Amino acid sequence: MTKSLYGAKEASGIWVYLEQSQGQLEGVSLELLGKARELVEGQRIPIVGVLLGDQVGGLAQEAIAAGADEVRVADDPLLSQYTTDGYAKVITEIILDGKPDILLLGATPDGRDLAGRIAVRLRTGLTADCTDLKLEEKSGLLIGEVWGFGGGIIAYIKCPDNRPQMATVRAGVFAVPEPDPARQGKIVNVPVKLAEKDIKVQVLEHVVGGGVDITRAEVLVAAGRGCQGDFALVNELASLLDGEVGVSRVPVDEGWASRDRMIGQTGYTTRPKLAIVCGISGAFQFTVGVEKAETIVAINSDAEAPIFEAADYCIVDDMFNVLPPLIKAVKKARGGNGGR
Amino acid sequence: MRPLHIIACVKVVPKPEEVKVDTKTMTIERGNVRSEINPPDMNVLEMALTLKEQHGGKVTVVAMGPPLFDPYMRLALAMGADEAYLLSDRAFAAADTLATSYALAQGIRKIGDYDLILCGEESSDGATAQVPPGIAEWLDTSQITYAEDLEVLPESGMVKAKRELAGGYEVIQVPLPCTASVKVGANEPRFMDMERKAWAQTDGPVTVWAASDIDVEPEMIGLPGSPTIVDGLAQAEGKERKHEFLAGTPEERAKVLIERLRPYL
Repeated sequence: MTKSLYGAKEASGIWVYLEQSQGQLEGVSLELLGKARELVEGQRIPIVGVLLGDQVGGLAQEAIAAGADEVRVADDPLLSQYTTDGYAKVITEIILDGKPDILLLGATPDGRDLAGRIAVRLRTGLTADCTDLKLEEKSGLLIGEVWGFGGGIIAYIKCPDNRPQMATVRAGVFAVPEPDPARQGKIVNVPVKLAEKDIKVQVLEHVVGGGVDITRAEVLVAAGRGCQGDFALVNELASLLDGEVGVSRVPVDEGWASRDRMIGQTGYTTRPKLAIVCGISGAFQFTVGVEKAETIVAINSDAEAPIFEAADYCIVDDMFNVLPPLIKAVKKARGGNGGR
Repeated sequence: MRPLHIIACVKVVPKPEEVKVDTKTMTIERGNVRSEINPPDMNVLEMALTLKEQHGGKVTVVAMGPPLFDPYMRLALAMGADEAYLLSDRAFAAADTLATSYALAQGIRKIGDYDLILCGEESSDGATAQVPPGIAEWLDTSQITYAEDLEVLPESGMVKAKRELAGGYEVIQVPLPCTASVKVGANEPRFMDMERKAWAQTDGPVTVWAASDIDVEPEMIGLPGSPTIVDGLAQAEGKERKHEFLAGTPEERAKVLIERLRPYL
């Protein structure tokens, strides 16, 4: 067996990597703090946040309010932007110093980039893209739930001997905890041993924001191949319902929609109250990203489409026949209750 | 700079819609399931072949898996790859990402003289996306995950790519050698070349390496080398749904649906 750099006997605590961008914590980091709190309910297991960046100390208090008992902050101008080499070097040193039992990261592009790299550096196991976490009753081992084969199969994965037990978790699978401003916690500034020569990555351009976050939408109107690139009705319905437009894989591949709207295994896990799914056949890879919706409406011209098995209300017809009268009816209904 | 040597890592996966779990034995039934090259890895092959056309050099395909992967190696050769290596040994089986990335890295080390190692963003059966950064760490290369619009800059020995971020993107530049995972849908994979197909099937250079052919520590590969274990499997069960089919004219259906959706309006 490949031995990790430290063992289970020396390890303690649940650590959460606090991913930040432009002075804000990623939602998934807060979700993980909330889940970690829930996992240790009634036990004396410390929850530690690890925060890397440049002048990010102010975010530590937010992490404490969300559930951290302690936040270790590595603050350095060289950490102002995420680079694989810079961040991997610094976080590895912090981990080897603190020896966490469990290390959780958001399954964001940067979170996965970092997790995959440091798991090998630490010679430990990584359960990627978890859709749920629990602690095994007697052993206290982390059990990660992952979806395989496009979502048709669930596997439960654990890492008995190597430490830390690492997992990345998809955004949106846990709720963001209600912040408790009265919570007390310790903020520890850790020394950063990083020189310019340690960073080979040059960031030439960095554009974030202005995109949508479909994981937070209460109403999603989703469209797939069936829309043939015409989003006018879908956009109209989404905006009438104060919702967002989501898509399956096809519109992204076809260039009809941007990747940040993609629902499913390779896209985002969403948990809206209402999802109206138009012209999407409903392969596992898609439905895994929408099945947490409270209510699902499916509109598809193919009566045999698997999406109907995942839906509450089903309409077998072309979406372009269904949406115009539906939009009209929504307008009328909304007009009736004050036209919010 | 000498011509580019690009390693394209591919995986052969069962078609996801055909896979079922035997819930009694908790094993995955793969018996009658058809396989395919992991769809994101087709984007890898396309990117590798395009870069070869731009800069000269060669494309070497690497995969780890059972002998039944052989025809898929030849498919990659028919698309334009120059040679293929299949790491095939029972000792490699049941590897998690640590053991998989180690074995692939050692195979690539033996092939040698690589500039760029391209992997798929993820595999449709496991979808972990953790193997590419793992290979990068074992081989101490730079890495670019979720890459598209990848350009090799031969004068400076650098590679530049656009990379996906949460709610945005960045353009980064890193030194070669580099391991990159190619974003799904980054390009349109080409079809195989019919003339190459005949050659690939009969004379295509597919080399099979067992564990003893590459420099690996036996306890670091396969099941023994995997710190994670599968604790259980289950067939995914969706939430109970109402499955109410609405009939009538479009206007009638809209009216009924609005009644049902009243709480959300």
